[in-house]
Amino acid sequence: MADFWFQFLLALDSTLRVATPLIFAAMAGIFSERSGIIDISLEGKMLMAAFVAAAVAYGTGSPWIGALAAIIVSVLAGLLHGFACIIHRGNQVISGLAINILASGLTVIIGIALFRQGGQTPTLPKSARFNSIELPFAQYVADNIPILGVVYKELISGHNILVWLALASVGITYYILFKTTFGLRLRAVGEKPEALDSAGISVSKMRFQAIIIAGILCGLAGVYLSTATGAGFVKEMTAGKGYIALAAMIFGKWRPVPALYACLMFGFLEAVAARVQGAEFPIIGEISSDLLLALPYVLTVVLLAGFIGGVSPPRAIGQPYIKER
Amino acid sequence: MQTSRLPAYVDILIIPFLNLLTALFVAGIIIAIIGENPFTALSVMLKGAFIYKGGLGYTLFYTTNFIFTGLAVAVAFHAMLFNIGGEGQAAMGGLGIGLVALSLGGVIPAPFVILLAILGSALFGAFWGVIPGYLQAKRGSHIVITTIMFNFIASSILIWLLAGILMAPNQMSPETASFADGVMLFKIHEILNSMGFSVARSPLNISFALALLCCFAVWVLIWRTRLGYRIRATGFSTKASTYAGYRPEWIIILVMAISGGLAGMMAVNEILGVQHRVILNFTSGYGFTGIAVALMGRNHPVGIIFASLLFGALYQGGAELDFEFQTITRDMVVMIQGLIILFSGALAYMFNPILERFFSANTPQKEMLDG
Repeated sequence: MADFWFQFLLALDSTLRVATPLIFAAMAGIFSERSGIIDISLEGKMLMAAFVAAAVAYGTGSPWIGALAAIIVSVLAGLLHGFACIIHRGNQVISGLAINILASGLTVIIGIALFRQGGQTPTLPKSARFNSIELPFAQYVADNIPILGVVYKELISGHNILVWLALASVGITYYILFKTTFGLRLRAVGEKPEALDSAGISVSKMRFQAIIIAGILCGLAGVYLSTATGAGFVKEMTAGKGYIALAAMIFGKWRPVPALYACLMFGFLEAVAARVQGAEFPIIGEISSDLLLALPYVLTVVLLAGFIGGVSPPRAIGQPYIKER
Repeated sequence: MQTSRLPAYVDILIIPFLNLLTALFVAGIIIAIIGENPFTALSVMLKGAFIYKGGLGYTLFYTTNFIFTGLAVAVAFHAMLFNIGGEGQAAMGGLGIGLVALSLGGVIPAPFVILLAILGSALFGAFWGVIPGYLQAKRGSHIVITTIMFNFIASSILIWLLAGILMAPNQMSPETASFADGVMLFKIHEILNSMGFSVARSPLNISFALALLCCFAVWVLIWRTRLGYRIRATGFSTKASTYAGYRPEWIIILVMAISGGLAGMMAVNEILGVQHRVILNFTSGYGFTGIAVALMGRNHPVGIIFASLLFGALYQGGAELDFEFQTITRDMVVMIQGLIILFSGALAYMFNPILERFFSANTPQKEMLDG
């Protein structure tokens, strides 16, 4: 029993680690899509940011400069998306797809040109990464306080700063969206842009602001992947996480806190999948981790089809706004 | 889609050409930035795609894949549906071929197995397209999101089956046993060599003819049948189709079946043509490239053939880059593909204002009509 409890704690702990980039990207998706811009380029922005973070952190030796550069590049990719679908009223899905494909090509080409390691960056030394922070007295508490002490040491302590930042980003997103004038306008621009336009607020400007915030958040997701959990960039290292985040965002019905729960649930599924591989269970037998990993996608499809509660995306999503003259 | 005030030939010839040129120009700049000569790279690619021994065969082999996935995207586009699930539908098509070939191979004569396997690929692909179609038509789920999810679900199912019950015995990698003897398509070079021509070996097989046949069938379907008319009408306005007395829901479902079936048949080229067993990741992005192909080809079968040829040449020429350069790999092709989707898809109308000014200056009477 004690062992099971410990294993469970470790699973929760890795849930948080797996969920962190999903949380950042899902919040990014919320900002973008609430403003009316479909954002399937979460994946590509994350991938570019992961590469730039690792490359710059390796070059400068500082994870902070790497993070800054990554965020800038991710925002630039977002601005490209905006240039195509806000200014030129291009198709938002096509533009997002272009950025994703561009990202998977560019990161490898530039990686090879810079480092000649088949598209990887060199392994980052500990000083060029965001390392885990042991909270005070973790060992002491774990030895002396039953149950809660272990929870403190294994689950709460020992995360890097980005994990905490991801959790904070949920609160910040909630606050900005629902407690500020800016947030009200942002939500309105995704529902009824003409209303904002007649109130004298620029629809394009609002959407660009949303896209820039989304870029910053995707940048952090990428930074986390290559310089916090990972020690360098690996080709295609996002491996569909952007799409899982998109699914989590939909699962959370475009709301920050439910999206956080969805990210944690998807993270938990992945953490469990890594542990059940090959294990036999009473009654159900062996669980296939491959199918377990597909569960987030299946659940999202089922939810979108309206079989578990209704989902309504922002009303003006995907439609370029044409200002009346 | 935006209404254009440009002459038709500008819309279907000059704009795609300008978009392609812009994409290649940007790719050239990037190649120059990483310290290689873009013109050398281009000439290596062209030689690899068309001139070197067997190059053309490989180019046409890849072209075949892109025709199938490009047609799949285009058919759906005509009903204003964005099917980005080509990847998953092709994977399921491969599964369909595998199930038919493994269960019937050696039991009934090979030609029948091949015909049934081709049918299997289309049916499995269609099945994987119909579900998102149904969910879009009847339950209002966004088809883009559903098809993205279905790509991942298909990939998981394939991994699960190929590493599980379908895995060949005494085999470490996740793939099925090889198909029975004779369950494979004729290679074009074999046919031509037996006719007395001397042609280099390549994986090009008679799927290429099947692909061209599908192009013709799609052209007939979209522009020469009542169903095709309804598909295009549904694309323009679902309301109009309701007034016209038929149900757009069924058109959407049917279109996704056709689209999925076409994407599924891509597996005929890869699995029946070359691999003779089902392997993981044989779709390797061809489904996504289909989007670029359909965009460049303006959703018309003839355009799609030319766009597929372009991408076939890019893929085959891109493989040549690996040998000739230290710093340029096949990933360059992925990047060029991204640029093409960007410039001929998302930014397709970037040049319209300039061109409109240019052409309306030459034809003042058109301007008067608009005013």
